[in-house]
Parts: sequence; C-alpha cells; structure tokens
Amino acid sequence: MELLDVSLVNWSRAQFTLTAMYHWIFVPLTLGLGIIQAIMETIYYRTGDEKWKKATKFWMTLFGVNFAIGVATGIILEFEFGTNWSNYSWFVGDIFGAPLAIEGILAFFLEATFISIMFFGWNKVGKGFHLTSTWLTIFGATLSAFWILVANAWMQHPVGMEFNPDTVRNEMVDFWAILSPFALNKFFHSVVSSWIVGSLFVLGVSAWFLIKKRETDFAKKSIKVAATFGLVASILTAVSGDGSAYNVAQEQPMKLAAMEGLYNGQKGAGLVAVGILNPDKKAYNDSVDPYLMNITIPKALSFLGYRDFNAFVPGINDILQGGYQTKDGVALSFAERNEKGKIAKKALADYKKAKADKDTVAAAQHKATLKENFDHFGYAYLDSPEQAIPNVPITFYSFHIMVTLGMYFIVLFALFTLLSYVKKYDVGKYKWLLWVALLSIPLGYVASQLGWLVAEVGRQPWAIQDLLPVNVSVSAIAAQSVKITSFLFLALFTTLLIAEIRIMLKQIKKGPHHE
Amino acid sequence: MFTYSFLQHYWWFIISLLGGILAFLLFVQGGQSMIFSLSKTEDERRLLVNVLGRKWEFTFTTLVTFGGAFFASFPLFYSTSFGGAYWVWMAILFCFVIQAVSYEFQSKPGNLLGKNTYRSFLFINGLLGTILIGAAIATFFTGSDFSVNKANIASEIGSPVISQWGNEWHGLEALLNLRNWFLGLAVFFLSRTLASLFFINRLNNENLEKSSRKALIINAIPFVVFFLAFVIWTLLAKGFAVDPATGEVSLVQYKYFFNLIELPVVLVLFLLGVVAVLGGIIWTILKPEFKKGIWLAGPGTIITVCSLLLIAGYNNTAYYPSATDLQSSLTIFNSSSSEFTLKAMTIVSILIPFVLAYIFYGWRSMEKKRTDIADINSDDHAY
Ligand code: HDD
Ligand code: HEM
Ligand code: HEM
Repeated sequence: MELLDVSLVNWSRAQFTLTAMYHWIFVPLTLGLGIIQAIMETIYYRTGDEKWKKATKFWMTLFGVNFAIGVATGIILEFEFGTNWSNYSWFVGDIFGAPLAIEGILAFFLEATFISIMFFGWNKVGKGFHLTSTWLTIFGATLSAFWILVANAWMQHPVGMEFNPDTVRNEMVDFWAILSPFALNKFFHSVVSSWIVGSLFVLGVSAWFLIKKRETDFAKKSIKVAATFGLVASILTAVSGDGSAYNVAQEQPMKLAAMEGLYNGQKGAGLVAVGILNPDKKAYNDSVDPYLMNITIPKALSFLGYRDFNAFVPGINDILQGGYQTKDGVALSFAERNEKGKIAKKALADYKKAKADKDTVAAAQHKATLKENFDHFGYAYLDSPEQAIPNVPITFYSFHIMVTLGMYFIVLFALFTLLSYVKKYDVGKYKWLLWVALLSIPLGYVASQLGWLVAEVGRQPWAIQDLLPVNVSVSAIAAQSVKITSFLFLALFTTLLIAEIRIMLKQIKKGPHHE
Repeated sequence: MFTYSFLQHYWWFIISLLGGILAFLLFVQGGQSMIFSLSKTEDERRLLVNVLGRKWEFTFTTLVTFGGAFFASFPLFYSTSFGGAYWVWMAILFCFVIQAVSYEFQSKPGNLLGKNTYRSFLFINGLLGTILIGAAIATFFTGSDFSVNKANIASEIGSPVISQWGNEWHGLEALLNLRNWFLGLAVFFLSRTLASLFFINRLNNENLEKSSRKALIINAIPFVVFFLAFVIWTLLAKGFAVDPATGEVSLVQYKYFFNLIELPVVLVLFLLGVVAVLGGIIWTILKPEFKKGIWLAGPGTIITVCSLLLIAGYNNTAYYPSATDLQSSLTIFNSSSSEFTLKAMTIVSILIPFVLAYIFYGWRSMEKKRTDIADINSDDHAY
C-alpha cells in the first residue's frame, strides 16, 4: 500500500509541534498570572491600599506583553488543522470543529472585550466594574482553555460519535459525552499546572527584587500571594496528575506503558521513581533489559492505573500480543486488530461501490461489517507492530521529569508560604532560597512543556486514538511547502520570543514604581 | 421546523453574517495602512495607533471565530480550502501573526525591532491582509481548482486524501484572475474608507480630521469603482448552479443575478446596505460637521457583504465551486456537518446576541467622549 510521502508527514508533525510548543510557552503564564493579578486587585478593592494597585498594575503590564504573543502564536494553530491536517479535519470535523467554534464565540470575545477595559479602563470605569473585568478576562482565557482541551481530550479518547459511511466521517451523536471525565481531568490538570507557572514567575521575579534589595515591600506582598497560590496549585496538580495517569491507563494503555518504559506487563507493577533507559534496546521484542538502572516504588503503578495494588498492568509486548484480561474482555493482539481494521476499510470501499451500483442488499451487508470492525479502523493503515509504539524515551523521561518537578514545586511553595506567614521569619534574609526561587522560573515551563510531550508523543501514531493515524491525517501538499512555512514560523516566533523576553526584562528592571 | 436543510441555511447565514462583520471590522486594517499617510507628527501617529489599538482584538477574534464557525458547520470547506489554497491562507495568517504583537510591543523599551518595524508590520497587515481576504472570498464566485473524493480514504492505491488541489500553486493562482483582484482591491479601499469615517468619528484632533476627510474621498472613489466592477461582472457572469434533485452542478449564465431576483429579501438587504454605505460616505463628504458616517457605512457594509455571501450559497448554488471539476463543488448540503452537530451549534448560537450586547456595553462604557492626544499621554498603558 502506497501511503503519503513520509517526509510530508514528518514535516507536518514538526510544524505542529513547533507552533504548539511555542504557543504553550505563553499560555500557562497567561492562565497563572491572570489569576494572581486578579487576586491582587481584589485585595486592593477590599483594602483601598494603593500599594496593591501598583502591584496589580506591574504584573498586568507583564501579562499584556505575554498575552499579545500568545494570541499571535494561537491563530496559526487553529488554522493548521485545515492547512496541514485537512484529511483529519474532514474525518472528525463534525465533532472537533464544534469546541473550536464555541471557544471563539464564548471565550475569545469575552477575553477581547474585558481585557481592553482591564488595561485602559482604570480611570474610565468604576472600581467594581474594573475588578469584574479583570476577573472576566481570566475567566475568558480559562474558558478558552476548557474548549480547546475538550477538543484535545477527544482525540485521545474519542467518544460520543458514530461513523457514517455515506459521508465518510465520524458524526456527533452525543454532545455531553464529549465533555467526558477524561476531558474534565485534562482541563483541570492543564489549568492548575499553569497556575504553578504563573506562581513561579511571580515568586522568582519578586525574589530578584529582594536579592537586589529593591521594592522589598512590594516583593514580599507578591511572594505571599504567589507562594500560597502556588502551594494550592501544586497540590491540585499532583492530584489531577494522578487522575490523568488513571485515565491514560484506562483508555490509552500503550501510552502508559511508554511512560513507564514497561515492556512486559505484570501484576502489582511498580512505579519507576528514578530510572535510566538502556539505549541498546532497539526493538520491542529483543531480550535487552530496558533499563540501565531503576528504582521502583512497589505496586504503585498498579494502584495509579487501576486503583488496585495487585492489578495487571500490560506492557508494550502484552499490548501487541493481546490475550490478557481487560475491563471489556480479552485484549486483541496487534495482528488481530490490523486484520479487523483491514476488514473495516475494505467494507467501506465495498459499501461505496455497492452504493454506486445501487445494490442495497450488498450495501447493507458491508455497512454491518464495517460497523462491527470500526473500532479498529485505524489499524488498517499500520503495516507492522513497531508502528503502534510511541517513542519510549521521550515519553518516559518527559513523564518522570515532570512528576519529579511537581514534587519539588510542592516543597518550594510550602517553604515560601511558611516564611511569609510566620512573623518571626523574614524571607528577605534567605539569600540562597531567593536564588533558588529565581532559578526555578524556567523549571515551571519545562514541566509544562514536558507534560504536553507525554500527552502528545505518547499518543502516536494516532491523531485520533485507534481511528486515524497521523499519516492519514495530512493535507496533500508538497513536503517542501510545509518545510518552508515551518522555517518561516521558526524564524518569526523566535524573533518575537526574543523581543518579548527583552521587553519583560526591561519592564521588570523598571519596577512597579516607574510605570 | 428545524429540518436539516433549515439548519444548513441557518449556518450559512451565520457564516455570511460573520463575514459581513469581519468586513466592517477590517477598518482596523484600513487604518493601519494609513498611519503614516494621515499624520504629520509623532503625537498624531501615536493617537492613530492607540485608537486602532483599542479595537484590533475584535477584528482578530472575529477572524478566528469565522474560521472556527466555518470548521464546525462546513468542515469540508475547511479541509478543502485551507489545505488546498495553502499559500493564500498561510500568507493571510502571517499578516495577522505580525499584527498581533505589534500594538503591544511597539513602544516598549527593549522591543528588538524598533517602533517603525512594528508599525510597518501593521501596514503590511493592512495592505496584504485586506487584499488577500478579498481575493480569497472572490473565489466563492469565480471558482478554484480542486477535486473531492470521499471514497479515497478507503482506496488501496494512491494517497488516502479526500480533497486534492489541482495545481502546484496552491491558491496563488487565484491572483491570475482579474475578478478576484477587483474584490481584493474593493475590500482594501473599503477598509480605508471605513477607517477614515472611524477616525472622523472617534478623534478629537483637527489636523487628523482634516486629513481623514481628504482620505475619505481619495479612497471612496476607487472603492466604488472596484466594487461595482466586481458586482456587475459577477451578476452578468456564469454561476455555479446545483440541481436540487440530483445534486448535479452546472454553469448557468446570470446565476447570481437570478439569485438576487429570486430572493427578494436578500435583494432588499443588498440595496439597503449599498445605500447605507454610500449614504454614510456622501453625507460625511458633503457636511463638514457630520461625524456619524461610520454608523451608516459600518452596518451598511455588514448587510451588503452578508447578502453577497448569501447569494453565493442560497438558492441551489455551490458556494465553493471547483471550476475544473464541477461535480466536486461544495454546496451547503454536501459540505455541512451532521444534523446533530448543526443543532447543537444552533443552541450555542443563541448566545451570540448576548455576546454582542456585552461588547457594545463594554465599548460604551469606555468611549464616552472623543479621544485626543492628552488622553493617550495620560494613559499609562498606551502604546
Ligand atoms: C486540539 C488539539 C490539540 C491540542 C489542544 C494540542 N495538540 Fe498537540 N497535536 C495535535 C492536536 C492538539 C495533532 C493535530 O493531533 C497533532 C499533530 C500531529 C500529531 O501527531 O498530532 C499534535 C501533535 C503534537 C506533537 C507532536 C508529537 C509527535 O509528532 O511526535 C507535540 C509535541 C504536541 N502536539 C504538543 C502539543 C502542545 C505543547 C500543545 C499545547 C498547546 C498541544 N500539543 C495541544
Ligand atoms: C492546538 C490547539 C490550540 C489552538 C487551535 C489554539 C488556538 C488559539 C488562538 C487562535 C488564540 C488567539 C485567540 C484570540 O485572542 O483571538 C489562542 C489563545 C489562547 N489559547 Fe490557544 N490554542 C490551542 C491550544 C491551547 C491550549 C491547549 C490552551 C490551554 C490549555 C490554550 C489556551 C489559550 C489561551 C489562554 C489563550 C489566550 C491568549 C494567550 O495565549 O495568552 N490554547 N489559542
Ligand atoms: C505532580 C505530579 C504530576 C503527575 C502525576 C502528572 C501526570 C500527568 C499525566 C499522566 C499526564 C498525561 C495525561 C494525558 O496524556 O492525557 C500529564 C500531562 C500534563 N502535565 Fe502533568 N503531572 C504532574 C505534574 C505536572 C506539573 C508540575 C506540570 C507543570 C507545571 C504538569 C503539566 C502537565 C501538562 C501541561 C500536561 C499536558 C496536558 C494534559 O494532558 O493534561 N504536570 N501529567
């Protein structure tokens, strides 16, 4: 079977990865800082203390700079589904388009309207109205995150639809099913983890002021808010991260196996706390030990994935070979799914032909065959079991570094919360700790980007889990064209990122009293 | 009542309406293309940038929502046009990416590229953004070069791609068609005309008002010429008619003209819109103290563009025609989402008036009086 040009698929993926990861540099800060500035303005509203107003305005300026570039990088993503993934856009547009449209109608306009009151309305509208606008801006941003994450979660776990062979696409049959627990958890984890990024940013910048012995009152006020909020966020992140892992275990066992580097499943499987993968492991079915070293927490993976210390967790080999018990029965092997996928695909072609020949009896038969085998449709496009395995090292390391950082953030925020609430301590005196806070700013970004790598790389080769692999999702354009636009985006976004960082640094140096 | 066909028509109306609103809001782009030509001093330029900077997000958001709503209601258009006319859409996107940072970054220290680079980004967005969007919309009437075969995904040979573009230019070939240029240029000059009216209405500055009034005349004339050229040509040209019984597409002389005649409500809207646009312009030119022209020409633009898009899709017409493979042409019937999705989206669309209401309320609360240079200088978030 001759599929599309491999380099086209790879360039399209590279472009999507590039633009999505760029977009995601700015989004978490928007979501996190947005709440922090709203909290500060609320304190100002309550106390009437001008210092809080100054603090709010300082963070708001940084928010604005970050927001603008977030918008610039976001528009590309939305249209890339059409330009680069046009087959995908038809195959699932009936379901996938809706959240995107709702995002525009409900969320983006809310943001756009109230952000301009937030920035320009200080002297034009009342204090209460202004505060409401600040909260509505961040509410709009979070709502936009909600809808886009519903869309993303649906790709990981497609529900609420039925395949229609006449239109050759999946059609929505249940809108509420799309707001699945999978989607809600994904939303929750992405948003609360973004609050961490915002808190680390405020904490680190404030620590810098203390190191420089400038604006100490402002800095301490900011630290108090950021540390408390960050502590709450990092605990919620760990809780929802556990929820994510549970969902992945239920719906995407291959991703879970890759996250843990688990080749051979076991009962009462342990969770790797620290591990180094063996680079000599070349194939899923060679006998090389996947780890150079690892320390595991006994039975923790079984519990994480199935809420049962003794549950069986399938490894990559098990998933390819099938035969183990799942909640829906005995698991099928790759070969069986591949076979069923091919039957489904052929039934679709036969159905089309029968339809054209006006042979209703045959058409009905093929339609039934298709329906029976449709769950495996995407497997028809894979040629070998290797293709069904995501990149294990990326998924594994991303996951473990993210989780380790998550634990570290809890400790960091807890320390700063303690220091800023207990009267006898003075945060400004702990120089080394201030440095740690400053240097932790990038770590929040790292954890957040790695989270998406886990989610998206671990989903490969699927664009829609089990239904449509990425190589059948692309548009028919020349790989060269995608390459050109990728480099253009890279150059443009990098330039803008450098500009953004320089503006931010200048604004921070100016400080809150020199607007 | 909510038959499938009704929902398809309803969503084509929403798309047309969003298209109309977008055309009106492109006044921001028009204004951006005039920042340098209208002003003499830096203060004046700053004033222009800042009044536009209070509005650009709405144009941008409308464009994004137009895309999202098109995706949700007519996904086959999304995949055929964006994936096919790749270069045109990419060029449009680039124009908007550079716009999005330019307001916020231009007067901040450390911005790397310098104020004038960001302002020239705004200029590029104003010039190319409008012309390209106009030309892309013109292909709704002039046709493109693509084929669609939904069975491809199950084929054993060849690539499984549903929509294929017929040439290597991927959309740029639209620029070889004079009629596409006419609409592109009409949109460009319209956006500048509307921007002039907007400045006259919003600004409290004598010099800028004077130069805006001059710009109004200079831009309104080519706008009217290009617009009429496009409309007359289109009404006289062959259109892409669909046989409602078989779904077969054929070329029919005067199709769009017949659509206007056969849809009298649309005809009335179209004429009302044109009269409002022209009225707003002429009145402003004739009466030096009249500043409300934008309130006539703006809504006029919305209903004119909306009715033009309606005749592209209603009355058994293919709204995204393939000139090279007629039977691949997209109609509101063969490219829409399922009945269920359209119904769900229709429920969501009930919220649109509510959205419009808070936008209007937000604007009113911010704009109690006309803006002058002092206002900008006293605002610590000004660009
Ligand atoms: C609404 C859907 C959606 C959302 C919210 C995201 N993605 Fe995604 N992602 C896709 C839809 C998608 C996709 C269209 O399905 C891609 C393109 C190719 C592919 O494999 O899936 C994809 C691929 C993809 C890849 C490439 C994986 C690979 O090719 O190995 C990465 C690294 C990311 N995404 C990262 C992200 C990040 C950082 C996001 C946060 C903004 C993000 N994704 C949001
Ligand atoms: C791949 C999918 C995505 C697409 C198509 C997309 C699209 C967009 C677009 C078009 C904008 C600009 C909107 C405007 O103001 O006009 C935007 C901004 C935004 N997006 Fe995304 N986005 C994606 C992923 C995400 C994710 C996963 C999140 C959050 C969890 C998110 C959160 C935001 C937020 C908060 C903004 C506001 C501006 C900012 O970035 O600072 N986006 N997005
Ligand atoms: C504390 C322990 C943590 C655990 C157990 C955890 C777990 C997970 C899991 C299992 C996923 C994959 C979900 C999927 O594929 O559907 C994920 C994704 C993600 N994680 Fe974490 N995570 C933790 C901490 C963090 C931290 C500290 C951040 C960032 C500051 C973060 C940011 C993300 C993001 C942005 C995603 C992608 C969105 C999503 O799929 O929800 N996580 N996390």
